[in-house]
Amino acid sequence: MRVIGRPVVRLDALDKVTGAAKYVGDMKFPGVLHAAILRSNCSHGRIKHIDTKDALELPGVHAVVTGEKYQKPTGLYLKDRTLFAVDKVRYYGEPVAGVVAETPELAKEAVRLIRVEYEQLPPVYDPLSALADGAPLLHENLGNYEWAPVFFPKPGTNISNHFKLRKGDVKQGFAESHIIHEETYCVPHIYHSPLETHVAVGYADNGGRLTVWSSCQSPFAVRKFLSTALDIPLSKIRVITGYVGGGFGGKAGATIEGLVAPLALAVPGRHVKLVYTREEDFVGAYVRQGLVARLKTGVGKDGRIRAQQCELYWDAGAYTEYGANIVRAAGYTSAGPYDIPNLWTDSYCVYTNHPSGGPMRGFGMPELHWALELQMDTLADKLGMDPVEFRLLNCLKDGGVTATGEVVYGVGLTECIKTVAERIGWGDKKEGVGKGIAIMCKAPAMPTNASSSACLKFNEDGSVTLMTSAAEIGQGAMTALAQIAAEELSLPIEAISVSCPDTAITPYEWQTVASRITFSAGNAVVLAAQDAKRQIFQNASYILGDHEMELVDGQVRVKGRPDLSVPLESVVMGAFLPDGSAKGGPVFGRGTFTPEGLINLDPETGQSPRPVAFWTFGAQGAEVSADPETGKITVHRLVAAFDVGRVINPVTLEGQVEGGLVQGLGSALFEEMVFGEDGQVLNNSFVDYKIPTSMDVPAIETYFVEVAQQDGPWGARGVGELPMVPTAPAIACALKRATGTLHRKLPLVRHGRD
Amino acid sequence: MTETNVTLTVNGKRSSLRVRPNELLLNVLRDRMFLTGAKYGCGIGECGACTVLVDGRPALACLTLAVAVDGKEVVTIEGLARGDELDPLQEAFLDHGAVQCGFCTPGMIMTARSLLDENPSPSEEEIREYIRGNICRCTGYTSIVSAILSCAKEKEEA
Repeated sequence: MRVIGRPVVRLDALDKVTGAAKYVGDMKFPGVLHAAILRSNCSHGRIKHIDTKDALELPGVHAVVTGEKYQKPTGLYLKDRTLFAVDKVRYYGEPVAGVVAETPELAKEAVRLIRVEYEQLPPVYDPLSALADGAPLLHENLGNYEWAPVFFPKPGTNISNHFKLRKGDVKQGFAESHIIHEETYCVPHIYHSPLETHVAVGYADNGGRLTVWSSCQSPFAVRKFLSTALDIPLSKIRVITGYVGGGFGGKAGATIEGLVAPLALAVPGRHVKLVYTREEDFVGAYVRQGLVARLKTGVGKDGRIRAQQCELYWDAGAYTEYGANIVRAAGYTSAGPYDIPNLWTDSYCVYTNHPSGGPMRGFGMPELHWALELQMDTLADKLGMDPVEFRLLNCLKDGGVTATGEVVYGVGLTECIKTVAERIGWGDKKEGVGKGIAIMCKAPAMPTNASSSACLKFNEDGSVTLMTSAAEIGQGAMTALAQIAAEELSLPIEAISVSCPDTAITPYEWQTVASRITFSAGNAVVLAAQDAKRQIFQNASYILGDHEMELVDGQVRVKGRPDLSVPLESVVMGAFLPDGSAKGGPVFGRGTFTPEGLINLDPETGQSPRPVAFWTFGAQGAEVSADPETGKITVHRLVAAFDVGRVINPVTLEGQVEGGLVQGLGSALFEEMVFGEDGQVLNNSFVDYKIPTSMDVPAIETYFVEVAQQDGPWGARGVGELPMVPTAPAIACALKRATGTLHRKLPLVRHGRD
Repeated sequence: MTETNVTLTVNGKRSSLRVRPNELLLNVLRDRMFLTGAKYGCGIGECGACTVLVDGRPALACLTLAVAVDGKEVVTIEGLARGDELDPLQEAFLDHGAVQCGFCTPGMIMTARSLLDENPSPSEEEIREYIRGNICRCTGYTSIVSAILSCAKEKEEA
């Protein structure tokens, strides 16, 4: 291996350590105007009147936009959202109007001059109340919305998706069970907290073309979203992404772009910039949905899980255009990494007057596994069985069957569990210290045809520009994809440069989400490299004759005849023959990848032999103690092992996993969005919403198992979200062993609240 | 608002400019000097992404008025390398994989620079304590701490 598996220094790192890296907020635009957003100060209300007169009259104000002009609902999976509120507001902080002005200060001043009159409607703030008879309805017109056919909204209720899974015979399974355990688990809303808040710049020209520069994960999804909402053809919208200062799902789908675009359209010929304040960022995009999970699980005397019933009530917030799919993903993963023959699951996406729920690292899996893993740990205790043994016995192995009836192979989970148990010193007792383990699985939740594409454009000197629309959000996509290209082309990594996404230039990518870029875009890069090599060999054959060829270290040579070769750079622009004639042409490799053979889940039973592209499995262990006087919880160590298929870059992989563990640690110990009685977020700053600092981080050890993914690039599968998934339950299980108490509600440090 | 004259040295270059009394150093650097390395992350001193050095001490540029740096010397991330020669901390951040999204990186490196200037041989605990005001959401700090530690000189025996 030339570069795969090597600790290649990130391609973007030099720019980032010198301050040269340009994020969207760093880009300069001539004559740029500034935008500010008026957000609702009521969580559920009918808009009776909006008075924008004073704002418009303020000198320096160029435009004021409200929902009046853009009433068409839009969204990724379920079109339940408008750009600005139309008729109603459904959460505290919903955009009601936008202002464009000469300076950010003027825009903010103008926002204060807009008067909105609301007729207050009764709000509902938790999913169970929202399902009760007579609960206030958030979306009276739910039945008129459009949705993808794999979702099941219930018009006339607050349910925007009811996912059902029916596998085997749970009644029989419970009848055969020796121990049955029923429990409820709760997960609060949390906030992604990227260091860079959302920022976008819009520009509409006089020919009806719209360009948006955005700090986003999914430029093509943004383009589609805007096209629907604004009635502009896709070909006239261009979305450009620079480096993204952290995403974690909060910059997936479309968010701030839906505000900046209509504002830019109001002032054609001028750039309009919108930067979310930190406060605004807490509610201005997506938050991680809350969850109330009720599980009932039965195990036999032999310790095997016989049956499980799951009711998952998701506090999905005011708009669920994206969140509806999280509910579905958690539903079809509701057996977690366990082989459970009889399973009955209802997963409900419930509208509440909270900010919109949406994707966040793990896409429902951290919330689901919080419930699952605490449940399994309790069952092991009740059986008198070692929790590691219980998991080894019940976890998925080669030939095991998932919740949807899919038979899985190439599962390295057992090795992950054993590695973690060994490294955490499972069985070694330490006074006052508890050890816990949690395991997990996750698949990319995406449409069955979610595609990636890649182009490899050769330069005259034999170097290559790799074009994909994978966003560099910190995960190291740029470097991993360049490594894959370099390996396939037998070139040094320095020969590859990678461009940032631009929907007008770089080829299609569904979204940079779901831990799928290394797998999906990586496969596209492999195919593009193979296509390029075909062209290179064709060009070389004009000089070397028709032979089987290979590309090694910048030389194109006849296979087995190192003496018959030409330098790569001499044929990347075509072949030039001794008589001066030219043949062939510039090499331009293209590759597209769509996972083949993915089959939709049965709408009634949630069964499918292959619903997802791949599964990734892993395990984590934690060592925790608590001060009996003060209750202060200390996490001493975190140990993780994931089956990544193939390590592409050990340094970026380790870093990504360490970061995910620490995000998981934050969500375990202290992260929670606290809402006031009026639905307002009360802790919308880093002082009040605490995320881990350098002082909060324990010793971390990461291990990687490599059971190749057959259809992954060089055997790789995705891992980005995974470390976020089992961290909180591993810590809670360890805390239980340290203190004797299992806490079922996150976060564990409750600051004197209930 | 009355503007005042401010003379400051930024990355070794002296400049004079007229600033409003409420103008922030961060905005002067980013919008008027096109030094966008220091970032806006919160605007109220909670995250450290805007950290620069003022007379060798770390300062949060989002909370520092431009008038307050009159006559002072400011160093931003853009001024840390000497020509093509990176600061050892910059090299260490590359080598240790201490960069992910990179948004906290400029502030983090400036804070670390100040630490090493004050105390060339910090322990791991001292490093963690010193950078606690610089939030990173990507790395989990482990690689950052080891990068800084790798630049620490071994303590001389007393």
